[in-house]
Amino acid sequence: MNNSIVPIRSQGPLLVTKNLTKVFSSRSGWLNRQERHVRALDGINLTINEQETLGIVGESGCGKTTLGRVIMWLTEPTSGQIIFKGQDTATADKPTLKSLYQETQMVFQNPYISFDPRFTILQCIAEPLKTHTNLRGEKLNRRVRELLEQVGMSGAIIHRYSHEFSGGQLQRIAIARALATNPKFIVLDEPTSALDVSVQAQILNLLMDLQRDLKLTYLFISHNLSTVQHISNRVVVMYLGKIVEQNTSEALFDSRGQHPYTQALISAIPTVVKEYRREHIILEGTVPDAANPPTGCNFHPRCPIAQDICSEKEPMLRDISGDRKIACHFVVN
Amino acid sequence: MSVPLLSIKNLHIQFATYAGDVHAVNGMNFDIHSGEMFGLVGESGCGKTVTGLSIMHAVPPPGVIVEGQIFFQGKNILDKSETEMQKVRGGSIGMIFQDPTASLNPVFTVGYQISIQISQHRNVNKQRAKQLALNMFSQVGLPDPESLYNTYPHELSGGMQQRVMIAMGLASGAELLIADEPTTALDVTIQAQILALLSQLRKSEGLTILLITHDLGVVAETCDRVAVTYNGEIVETGPVDEVLYQTKHPYTQGLIAALPDSVEQGQVLQVIKGNVPDGLKFVTGCPFHPRCFAVMDICREQRPIHVHMKNKNHTVSCHLYEEAP
Repeated sequence: MNNSIVPIRSQGPLLVTKNLTKVFSSRSGWLNRQERHVRALDGINLTINEQETLGIVGESGCGKTTLGRVIMWLTEPTSGQIIFKGQDTATADKPTLKSLYQETQMVFQNPYISFDPRFTILQCIAEPLKTHTNLRGEKLNRRVRELLEQVGMSGAIIHRYSHEFSGGQLQRIAIARALATNPKFIVLDEPTSALDVSVQAQILNLLMDLQRDLKLTYLFISHNLSTVQHISNRVVVMYLGKIVEQNTSEALFDSRGQHPYTQALISAIPTVVKEYRREHIILEGTVPDAANPPTGCNFHPRCPIAQDICSEKEPMLRDISGDRKIACHFVVN
Repeated sequence: MSVPLLSIKNLHIQFATYAGDVHAVNGMNFDIHSGEMFGLVGESGCGKTVTGLSIMHAVPPPGVIVEGQIFFQGKNILDKSETEMQKVRGGSIGMIFQDPTASLNPVFTVGYQISIQISQHRNVNKQRAKQLALNMFSQVGLPDPESLYNTYPHELSGGMQQRVMIAMGLASGAELLIADEPTTALDVTIQAQILALLSQLRKSEGLTILLITHDLGVVAETCDRVAVTYNGEIVETGPVDEVLYQTKHPYTQGLIAALPDSVEQGQVLQVIKGNVPDGLKFVTGCPFHPRCFAVMDICREQRPIHVHMKNKNHTVSCHLYEEAP
């Protein structure tokens, strides 16, 4: 069997984000009013090409989930543009938006809480179909059964409830629900993090099969670098709301011209495979408070190669070699 | 060989539920020797956490230890009374959990919590307890112990909270630390810090660690010996280098092959068909046979016994190896 992910380069961009920024504000205190502004996304520029998988990795609080939600318009961006198929989603009219919604879908991290416990599987999957298509009655049921079979579940389960299934089965059903409207683009937010290893492999294989058969485009968000690397064509590494590195996934593990954060992240992953094992680079401290980010480069307080300039000037994301883009003052080709 | 520090013999734990008895642990057997780092690895529901809790007499109801013995320093802990156990818990055995936020009391400062723990176990006054607590804090690599002493758990990051938990676990001279998924809730870079700390404490303090985890990578990089658990029993155990690199049991082989690291990028991952059993239904024969790729007739009928491999320490419970010398 060989269904290695086909690198698609010729296809044009499906989704482009321009300077996407999301600031979460909170107020506290009554007499002593204090405002906190967390820049969850800070000027994100991304291009996702048709039929490719773009992986997003980063530690908790780096903004990767917010990015997925903002792209899906589940969270409104503070500024910046999201352009889907050449259309700016912020200025699109209602009918256009409805068709955009039909073409973009999402699968969430925790399958146990992404289903209404009082809905049968039929109701869960039929909901998007009722909104976006004219299918009703027996035709609707048939389509739901087809979708379930497409993700490797039996069509006979449509009258059962979500609590009757295991995490892996539910994640398959969640994927079936996402496929219901024939989307082009699916945001996968940590789709395998809640699953056991043996089940994770089943879901990853399923996602890759579906992508090939249905010509899907994925945005795959995960904290697990080896999963992301496995499924993605290109990978974006985020740190504190910013992109620090962008690369093809084959070249990501190449330590030449690598961002020091990516280097540390990769070295820190414990692995069974001895050839992949690196000398651990142990970073000092933790990710800084996003409401109070460091000056200059966000990573400089933890960076092993930081110099004076890093605390003064913010590095821009620039081309290093081939497809590698890096935001660091010191990494050269 | 010397007497093991901890020895679990034929442990059975059941949970009585409305759906019937859930067999969480079905005859667990393993020994941990002084100074070693022993990994107990398995998927969710395989009984690894309950085994860890049973050592502390902390199996949550309706769970009951129905059979078996747990020897710690040569004595059966299961015979100890609750009063005696209070000396063991946090005394000679420390335990840390997956979610440090949930393990610390949010209404007390971390300093108060650790000094209470110390005065429970040692006959010391307040000042001395604080002194010992501060020493522990610096030993686990927490910066500025003096000001940290007066902070509340929510003021600390997950990694720092886990360090506080480790400090509490070891504050009264524990010889064994049970670490139940200590890094699962943490980011990779913080995970690397905590694992480095555990290895360092092991060297400097001669600590013995039982590491319970689902992550084979963590085991591969930190442990000396490992036991792979399935459906409440150990299917393969031995030195890490043998179990993970000369893998014998089809389940262990399947687990390793299912990791994205094991294949080229984008290739099909090998999967173990089906799902983890729920422990309600009793599977005749080998518990893994419904999911096994190498299943034979005998597997459906007869329970496999533990077979020693060439290296005596490497045992596998599988019919495939029963004829092997």
